[in-house]
This record gives sequence, structure tokens and C-alpha cells, in this order.
Amino acid sequence: MTEVAFFVGAIGAIGGAIAVVAMRNPFYSVLALVVHLVFLAGIFLLLRAQFIAAAQIVVYAGAVMVIYVFVAAYVGGIEEPMFDSSPMLRIVGPILAVALFVEISIAVLGSSLTALGTDGSDKIQGGFGTPEAIGKLMLEDFLIAFEAASLLLLVAAVAAIILAGRKKAQKEAA
Amino acid sequence: MDIEWYLVLSALLFTIGFTGVLIRRNPVVILLCLELMLSAGALAMLAFSRMLGDQDGQVMVLIVLVVAACEVVVGLGIVVAMFRRRLPLDVDDMKELKG
Amino acid sequence: MSAATWGWLVLLFPLLGSLLIGFSFRKIPPKVAGAVGIGAIFLAFLCGIGALIAVQGEPSESRHVASSLWEYASVGGFTIDLGIYVDPLSVFMVLVITGVSTLIHVYSYSYMQSDEGYHRFFSYLNFFVFSMLLLVLAGNFALLIVGWAFVGFASYALISYWYRRETATKAGMKAFVINVIGDIGLVLAAILIFRELGVVDYAAVFEKAPEVFSTNQWEVVAICLLLLVGAFAKSAQMPFHTWLADAMEGPTPVSALIHAATMVTAGVYLVARAHPLFELAPTAADLAAWVGVGTLLVAGTIAIVVTDLKRIIAFSTMSQIGYMFVAVGIGAYSAGMFHLMTHAFFKALLFMAAGSIISAMANRQNIDHMKGFGKAMPFTAVMLIIGALALSGFPGTSGWFSKDEIIDFASFRGGMYEVMAVGMLIGAFLTAIYSFRIIFRILPGKPCDEAQYLIDNGHVVHGEPGNPATGELEDTEVGYPGEEHHIAEQAPGMKIGMAVLGFLALVGGLLQIPGVDEVITKFLEPSFEDSIFVNSHPTVAEAWTGLGSGALISIVGIFTAWLLYVKKPGIPSRLEQRLQPVHSLLVNKWYFDEIIDFLIVNPVKAFGRFSNEIFERYVINGLTSGTVGVIRSAGGAVRDLQSGMLRGYAVLMLFGVVGLLLYFLIRSI
Repeated sequence: MTEVAFFVGAIGAIGGAIAVVAMRNPFYSVLALVVHLVFLAGIFLLLRAQFIAAAQIVVYAGAVMVIYVFVAAYVGGIEEPMFDSSPMLRIVGPILAVALFVEISIAVLGSSLTALGTDGSDKIQGGFGTPEAIGKLMLEDFLIAFEAASLLLLVAAVAAIILAGRKKAQKEAA
Repeated sequence: MDIEWYLVLSALLFTIGFTGVLIRRNPVVILLCLELMLSAGALAMLAFSRMLGDQDGQVMVLIVLVVAACEVVVGLGIVVAMFRRRLPLDVDDMKELKG
Repeated sequence: MSAATWGWLVLLFPLLGSLLIGFSFRKIPPKVAGAVGIGAIFLAFLCGIGALIAVQGEPSESRHVASSLWEYASVGGFTIDLGIYVDPLSVFMVLVITGVSTLIHVYSYSYMQSDEGYHRFFSYLNFFVFSMLLLVLAGNFALLIVGWAFVGFASYALISYWYRRETATKAGMKAFVINVIGDIGLVLAAILIFRELGVVDYAAVFEKAPEVFSTNQWEVVAICLLLLVGAFAKSAQMPFHTWLADAMEGPTPVSALIHAATMVTAGVYLVARAHPLFELAPTAADLAAWVGVGTLLVAGTIAIVVTDLKRIIAFSTMSQIGYMFVAVGIGAYSAGMFHLMTHAFFKALLFMAAGSIISAMANRQNIDHMKGFGKAMPFTAVMLIIGALALSGFPGTSGWFSKDEIIDFASFRGGMYEVMAVGMLIGAFLTAIYSFRIIFRILPGKPCDEAQYLIDNGHVVHGEPGNPATGELEDTEVGYPGEEHHIAEQAPGMKIGMAVLGFLALVGGLLQIPGVDEVITKFLEPSFEDSIFVNSHPTVAEAWTGLGSGALISIVGIFTAWLLYVKKPGIPSRLEQRLQPVHSLLVNKWYFDEIIDFLIVNPVKAFGRFSNEIFERYVINGLTSGTVGVIRSAGGAVRDLQSGMLRGYAVLMLFGVVGLLLYFLIRSI
């Protein structure tokens, strides 16, 4: 059963990812990424990360992607030519990427770490990955990281307002 | 399922994302591909977290989620600013880093 | 409440005050800022009294309280707590610091009123008090270093307070650099302590030290010498003393608070705090005492010839801290702390009175120009006389009891300490001469123009605003002293501050009359009970003999001053001509600045020039341009491969990652 779920999720996620890269219109790329993220959330569930999966759907596929959709709609569907001005990059890039994938796969599959060959279920306790457990960790052991992350978000929000602010852009255009 | 399959999947998603960064020129799409790479990393982290039975990895993924959101906000802010100034939306035209 | 809670409150109020004033300077009017500053320090003082009561309420053996808020750092089984250590010694320091600071804040409230940077001043001042309290309350060497460095920064900020005045900013930098040398010594000492003992908490260090170290083992001597580097730099002892005289560029309340009463005594506190270590390293302790003797003599001789009012007092500060170093070096800890306290009273008082006179002189500081202030400013004159009497150890004043207690202890220990006692007696004689040189030069006689103006018009001369050191003209905007000057006769804040200190300088010594009360010794005893000197004291009779000779010396010194500056005012200038080389040696402060310039500053500068002109130009530039050439040609080669810069970098990165992974894979086969 797990195997079936994994392969369904994996195929969906890979398909979504390829579509993100291959779609010419950025708008469709965004939608493809949403698909990818939803399938990936399913895989997260298999890994007993319920809270992360939920957060992925709500925050990522929900909120963050909405921004993408807006921006993609705002800047318009610019269809770029599929053929690059520098064909070398189009050839060398994917070759190197495939090489990377092959190397990592060899490293993972050929690793002498026996734990990699298990599904890890013997180590997992009852409340693994529940919002309760994660929340406890976040607010006890990782409070500083949590606060720092919230501060970072604030800074990023301010930065975005300044970057895309209307006033300055108009002033420079005028 | 064995953990190694999750890791192989993660590697595959990562390379797809990287390929996208390399061959696309629209900054919005490049940001999307970066998201792909980040979520591939998150998948590996979750797999290890399950392998070790340690939830610290999951917290790490949450933090990565936040960092990704920040990156999106700033990145898209730059895209909008570029669009406002009528700059072409093509990373190859942003050559200020040229040495 | 427990003593530790009071200790934390002592730290809290000045920090809150500093932040509040610093962040709300646009919102609150200057008067409120001043009031907040005074209130914060006063509350800290009250909490200090709370701590005193709490500590005294405990039985004598449990008067050490360590308390920790949280772990500051925890690495591999070694933890540093954010902890404080409350015992009689730190409570004593807290009371001296907050008490004198409160009075100086009250004084500054009036003195700085016309300055444009009023908020900044009070914020800095409160921050300084916080750092100083952190320094004395710290429960381990790590936190001590934090307080130590904060204090150095606060001193820098306050010396350079008039930041548009170049001499002030330079003086601030000099003070900071020399203090940082001390900081390095302290840090190295802490590292060495950790390496040898594995702990940094005071209690643990002092408990373990006797077990680990034998007497005069090189490690403990090295630790003590490094601690002394820190202590000497902070406390302006030779050869790190040159910054203190320049630090007089700061506003007068700063000189009174930081460069007389509190910060410069931090070194003395450090030695007293680390006395278990110094008793294991008698060599280092003796060195501290000898440096103290040397400094007090050198500074005393300089103070006799310089003519800048504030610098005379600054050199006398160095000299008095020399006494304190002798005290803590020879094991007379409570005597040293007692002198620290009385010195804080009378030296702050002297600075305040000097500030009042300098204001009336329209910021001129040369005593050659001052005359007849006894008539123009009677209140200031009385305070100045009280300060000078206490400084020169006139019988009955606080300085008499405290200084002679140190000398007694030195002669009691005999041997080479006898020599130190003689040196200190000579120093006492010099002290009496230079302190009354100030009095006899500026109080009696026909009033000078500025003093006459004050008598006639009831307010001070408004000279052209300018730098007293260089005579450059200035404006009165922020970054320079304000336009209005205040003198103690008319500003209530200054009057209150000086009156209280004057009272304390007169009667503060009565706390510790040999054979009668000895409050300080008894109070501090729990802190020093592990000392090897705890049960060796001069007898009461010996103590009184010492006090008698001290009184004699001080009266003879004052008489000599009277002879030189009042009866036969021609003698000093004749001496000056007769002993021209000696005089110029003294006026130039024994050429210490020049020696340091020659030995350290110039070589460093030359090295800097060499690095810049030879090394940088040929070696580094050669390397970099060579590298650039290689990169450029490589880049040229790569450039053909790609059109987009950004993605080109990404490809290169991927290439690197792939290569690296390949390397690891091949190695693992």
C-alpha cells in the first residue's frame, strides 16, 4: 500500500516539477508547481510529517503560490523562445544536472549506512510529527530560531514593500 | 518504503529544479525552480528525520519554509520593481555582476 | 528579598534608564531626561542598600551569593552562566559607585543644562553606571570581561562626548586603544584560567586554584601578570597611564565620575577580587605594589608642575590609585577598598569644584590665569579646600585615615615593603604640596578679570566658545559644549552634589578609626577571610603612630606649599630656571608619551607604512593582479561558453558540486 502511494506521489511530484520547467508560460508553471507541491505533501504524509504536509498545502500551495499567480498575471505571460541564445548552456546544464543526479543516487544506494535501507518505523514513537510535538519543539528547544525566522519574515516583508513600492518607482519613471 | 527511495526522489526533484534554473530565463520561473530545489531539500530532511526518529529535522523544514517564503517575497518584489521600470524580464539582461 | 535579587535590580535600573533616555530623546524634554537619569541611579543605590541589608542579615560565612539568570554559553560540558556574585566586596563597590554616581548625576543635571546633547549625555552616563555595576557584580571572568569592555566603551563615548572637537575624539581613541590592550590582557588571563582550571566562575576558580597551583608556579604568575595588564590599563598605572590626562577632554562630570571615582578604580577591584590568585603569585602581587609606588611618585611629581587645573587633578588620581595598588598588592585589601571609597568622595568633589571654577573662567583651565576665586565663589572655595585637605591627608579628614592605613600596613610587613612605605610617605608629601598649590594659586589674591566680572555682575563671563586646549573657535551646536555655563554658587544641582560629597569627604574617614570602629574592615572581612593576611594587622598603637606621622607629613607639605606659593612666590619660578631639565622632564610627563611613541607607535606606524608601500604594492598587488590575470583569462575562456552571466555562475557551481561529489565517490571506492 505504501509503495503504491509513494509511486503515485512520486510520479505526480516529478511530473509537476518537469512541467514547471517545461511550460513556456510562467502562469502554467505556477499551476504546475501547485500540483507538484500537493503530491509532495502526500509523500510528506508517508514520512509521518503530518504537520509539515498541512503547512505545505496551506502556506505554500495556498498562500505563497497565490502571490506567484498574482505576479505572473501582473507581469503578463511572457513567452520566452524555447531555444536559447547560447545553446551550449542548454546542453551542458542538463548533462551536469543528470551527472549530479547519478552521483547522488550512487552515493545513496551504495551507501554502507544500513539505516538507509530501513523505513525507520522502528524508531518512531507515538506522537511523531503531530502538530503537538512540533509545536512543543518549536517553542521550547528552537524558540530562538523560531523568533529569528519570524524576524526574518518581517524584514523580508519590509524589503518587498520598499523594493516594489509605488512611490519610488513613479519618481524614477517621471 | 525504504528511506533511500525518498532520497533518490529528492535528488531527482533537485536536479530537475537545477536544470530549470539553468535553462530558463524568466525570473519568475527561475524562482519557481528554486522552490523546487528547496522542497527537494525539505524532502531529504524529512526522510532523514524519519530514519533517525528525530523530529528536529521537521522543525528545520518549517524554518526552511519560512526562508523560502522570504526569498519569494523579496524575489517577486524585485520582479515587480523590474517590471515597473520597464526592464526586460530576462536574467540574461541583468549583467551588472559582470566582472 | 535575597541579596541576589537586589543585585539584579541594581543592574536593571541604570540599563533601563539608559535605554529609556537613549530611545526617547525626541519625545521627552531635557529636564525629564535628567530626572530619569538621576532617578535610575538613585533607585540602583537604594537597591544597593537593600543588598547591603540582605547580606548583613546572613551569618558571616554565607555572605557570598551567586545567582544566575540563564546560561550564557554551553559548550562541551563547559558552561558560562549569565551570573552575578554578591558578597560584601561587590556590595561595597555597588554602594560607592551608585552613591557617588547619584551625586554626580545631580551635579550634571545643572552643569550640562545648556548642552545640545543633554539626552545623549545622560544616556551614556547611565550606560556607564550599568557597565561598571556589571563589572563589579559579574559572577565569572567571562561576564567580567563583558563589563570591562562595556566600561571601556562608555569611557570612550564620554571622553569623545563633544565629538566635533578633534582633541576630544583623539583623546577618546587613545583611551580606547590603551584600554583594549588591557582587555586583551584580561581575556588572555581568562583563557589561561580556563585552560588550567577548567572553570571561570569566581567561586570555583578560587576554590580550585590552591589545589592546582603551587606558590609562584609560572602559570599562576602568568595569569596574575595578565590580569595586571588589564588592571593597569584600566586604572592608568605605568606604563599604561598616558590616556588618563588626555581623558580630561571630556566634560567635567565625566572626569569626576569615570576618571576619578569609579572606572579607574576597577583595576584595584580586580586585584582585590582575584586576591586568592595573587596570594599564590606573590611575585605578581609585589610587582603590582611596586608599579603602584612608581606611579604614585611619577604622577605626584608631574602634578606639581602642570598648569592645567583638570590635569593636575587627573595626575593626582593616578597617584592615589597607585596607593590603592600598593594596598591590594601587599595584602591590605580592606585598606585599599577604604581608600578607594574616600578617594571617590574627595576626588569627585575636587573635580566638581574645578568644573565650577572652569565654568566661571569661560572654559579656560590654566591655573596661571586664575586668581581670587575665594572671594568670587566662596562656596566652591570651601569645597575645594575640603577636597584638598582630604586629598593631602589632613588630620581628621577621610584621606588621612585611609591613606595612612595603607602606609601602616606596608611598614608593618617590613622588609622591602618598608621601602614602599617610605615611597608612599614621599608621595604623601608631594600630594600635600600639589593639592595646596591649587588652593594657594587660585583662591587668594586680587580677583582676575573673570572673577571680578562674576563679583560685579553676578553671572559668569561668556567668552568666545573655543577649545581650551588649542584655542580654536567653536560654535555651540550639538557636538560642542553649550553656551551657558553654570557655577556651583548659583546652580542648585551642583551645590547639592558638592555639599553632600564635601560632607562625606570630611567625615567619611570616621567609619574606620583604628581601635575604635573599623567598620569597613569588619564589613569586608567575609570577602577576604580566605586571605593569608586576614589575621595580621598593625596593632592599634602602631596604627596611631602611623596616623601621627602621616598628619605631620601632610601639615609640613601644606606649609611648604604655603611657603612656595604664598610667602615667597618667587621660589617656584627660580627653581624652574635653576632646574630647567628637571622641570621640562616633569612638564612633559616624564616623556612617557614620547617614549611610547618611540617604542610602540612609531614602529607600528613604520610597519604600517612598510606594509602599505612595499608589501601591499608589490607582493599583494602582484599576487592579486596575477590572480586577476589568471581569472580573467579563465573567465575569457568560459565566457565563450555562455551568454547569461547569472546562469553561467550557476553552471559553474553545478560543475564544482559534480566534481566534488565525483571525487568523494572515487575516494570511497
